[in-house]
Amino acid sequence: MTVESTAARKPRRSSKRTSAAKTPAKAPEGSAPELVQLLTPEGERVEHPDYSIDLTAEELRGLYRDMVLTRRFDAEATALQRQGELGLWASLLGQEAAQIGSGRALHDDDYVFPTYREHGVAWCRGVDPTNLLGMFRGVNHGGWDPNSNNFHLYTIVIGSQTLHATGYAMGVAKDGADSAVIAYFGDGASSQGDVAEAFTFSAVYNAPVVFFCQNNQWAISEPTERQTRVPLYQRAQGFGFPGVRVDGNDVLACLAVTRSALERARRGEGPTLVEAFTYRMGAHTTSDDPTKYRADEERAAWEAKDPILRLRAYLEKQGAADEAFFTALDEESEALGKRVREAVRAMPDPDRMAMFDHIYADGNPLVDEERAQFAAYQASFAEEGE
Amino acid sequence: MAVAKMSLAKALNESLRRALDTDPKVLIMGEDVGKLGGVFRITDGLQKDFGEERVIDTPLAESGIVGTAIGLALRGYRPVVEIQFDGFVFPAYDQIVTQLAKMHARALGKIKLPVVVRIPYGGGIGAVEHHSESPEALFAHVAGLKVVSPSNASDAYWMMQQAVQSDDPVIFFEPKRRYWDKGEVDTEAIPGALHAASVARTGTDLTLAAYGPMVKVCLEAAAAAQEEGKSIEVVDLRSMSPIDFDTVQASVEKTGRLVVVHEAPVFYGSGAEIAARITERCFYHLEAPVLRVGGYHAPYPPARLEEEYLPGLDRVLDAVDRSLAY
Repeated sequence: MTVESTAARKPRRSSKRTSAAKTPAKAPEGSAPELVQLLTPEGERVEHPDYSIDLTAEELRGLYRDMVLTRRFDAEATALQRQGELGLWASLLGQEAAQIGSGRALHDDDYVFPTYREHGVAWCRGVDPTNLLGMFRGVNHGGWDPNSNNFHLYTIVIGSQTLHATGYAMGVAKDGADSAVIAYFGDGASSQGDVAEAFTFSAVYNAPVVFFCQNNQWAISEPTERQTRVPLYQRAQGFGFPGVRVDGNDVLACLAVTRSALERARRGEGPTLVEAFTYRMGAHTTSDDPTKYRADEERAAWEAKDPILRLRAYLEKQGAADEAFFTALDEESEALGKRVREAVRAMPDPDRMAMFDHIYADGNPLVDEERAQFAAYQASFAEEGE
Repeated sequence: MAVAKMSLAKALNESLRRALDTDPKVLIMGEDVGKLGGVFRITDGLQKDFGEERVIDTPLAESGIVGTAIGLALRGYRPVVEIQFDGFVFPAYDQIVTQLAKMHARALGKIKLPVVVRIPYGGGIGAVEHHSESPEALFAHVAGLKVVSPSNASDAYWMMQQAVQSDDPVIFFEPKRRYWDKGEVDTEAIPGALHAASVARTGTDLTLAAYGPMVKVCLEAAAAAQEEGKSIEVVDLRSMSPIDFDTVQASVEKTGRLVVVHEAPVFYGSGAEIAARITERCFYHLEAPVLRVGGYHAPYPPARLEEEYLPGLDRVLDAVDRSLAY
């Protein structure tokens, strides 16, 4: 059986998913549902039997605003890298709907474990976007307090954070709290053992965690076919929990599906795998050249599915936003770009002694010794200069 | 009763029991740690008394054990995880080195990672492949980790208490061939710092420095040397990261000679670090180069050869003689 035929197989789903979901750690019968979509690329609203959503015009405008500002921030960061202000940037271009849709499904007391591209999710958590740039500028390796926004540090080693999320979720369950945890990762990370172990642990302990895989089709230059022979969402079934594939360029569907998965976790029914089927429009990072490994036609086909354009088309058709809204948003975007640009340029290099800070919570005599030696060495230059 | 005689294994068990009893956030996790009590029975009876929510049998996945322990620590728990044998830690090595060791620094100190990773280590019990190794240097090389190993029951009891209370990750190497050695444990004593070395035997002619399973060998060597009229001091390092060089230095300044003994391969081993530092600190006190006794640059051999591989009394005494001959 080819991948294509597996993906296209008609599900025997109907109402089974809902009933199966009430039994913890048991996979739904039959195959998982096909791509969940609530808003077509043309901006037409469509219904789905399992994932209904009813948003006010203000909420729709809010999602649009989030996506536009996130894209603007991302574009500014890419430009700053090209100007030499950042050492590297991992762009989220094209993945705004997956991140804003899932991010806006979260409650304040939910906890997020991102990879290194979740700038839109960070935005939804209220993390100041300039905080995300420190590690890319080279002034720190993370630098924010994960507990201030329930948004963990970016994780570079792919898939590692899915285990942290699972452990955190096990703790949430132990505490009897009714919050949930979400772990972000990509299609490339799905090949890592840690992700498989996270699936195992979360299923065995019925942990309240949602695994949100942004399948953006490419792991640097390796296509999804090099990661898996079955659609990624179907992996969940083998571990004993539901998997669902959502149109990752449809912010409404991403919101509805993630909300449902989080609610399931909060009800004590265990993990869910959400595969957001999307596309990374830019490079993996600014160090990479996607023209070497993928065709222009492919990118063009995905451009037609742009998450921002389709919501704009819907807003306009609905009369949910007027010209003044879009004009004001343009101005807000430019102001954000300017703020980010100025903040990065003003970002000071860390104090040279900072490399000895926070290595051990309890302190450490070796670190103290080397810190003192380094300080004395630096001081010797100052004396020479006088 | 505050003072009791017990095996090193029992001391660890009692210490973990006390930790579970004292702090409801302490958890025990690992393969077979529940009903079985661990393959060495270090967690014997703990699940029965503290329940499956505190003493957690895990899937057989070492990266998963450490990775989920990190998540639990981020949630405010204090997990003590068991890696069943030394050679099995490597599937978890990535989580320990790339995540556990660095997260506190990456968050600029805003979060703490109080995770203890217990690893029964070392040879001498006739085990099969991957059950007899001493990988401590691989962990000591990584900033952010504490690496310790007790050599006796009392240290096992108290160092485990300190490891659990530490807000930093601690790699706790348990000398598995000393599990059944008995010693006195004073459960009301006030212990020294976790990283402090101790002088296990005083002497004036030469210093033997060792930790974990080799301390006993060194004490036996010192006793044998005494019969030949040589006065040997034995320093039990107890901690491989950080290392209490002050205590070693004080001893070497007195004796003028140092031999470092460990089971791990000598090449790039902890003996190299100690030799370099002590040479730097004590150059004008040394009567001989710092010598090292340890394993060879070979995979840990099959059990029928391990007596040849492991430093024994004769190899330690040979090094003592070589040092004294300078």
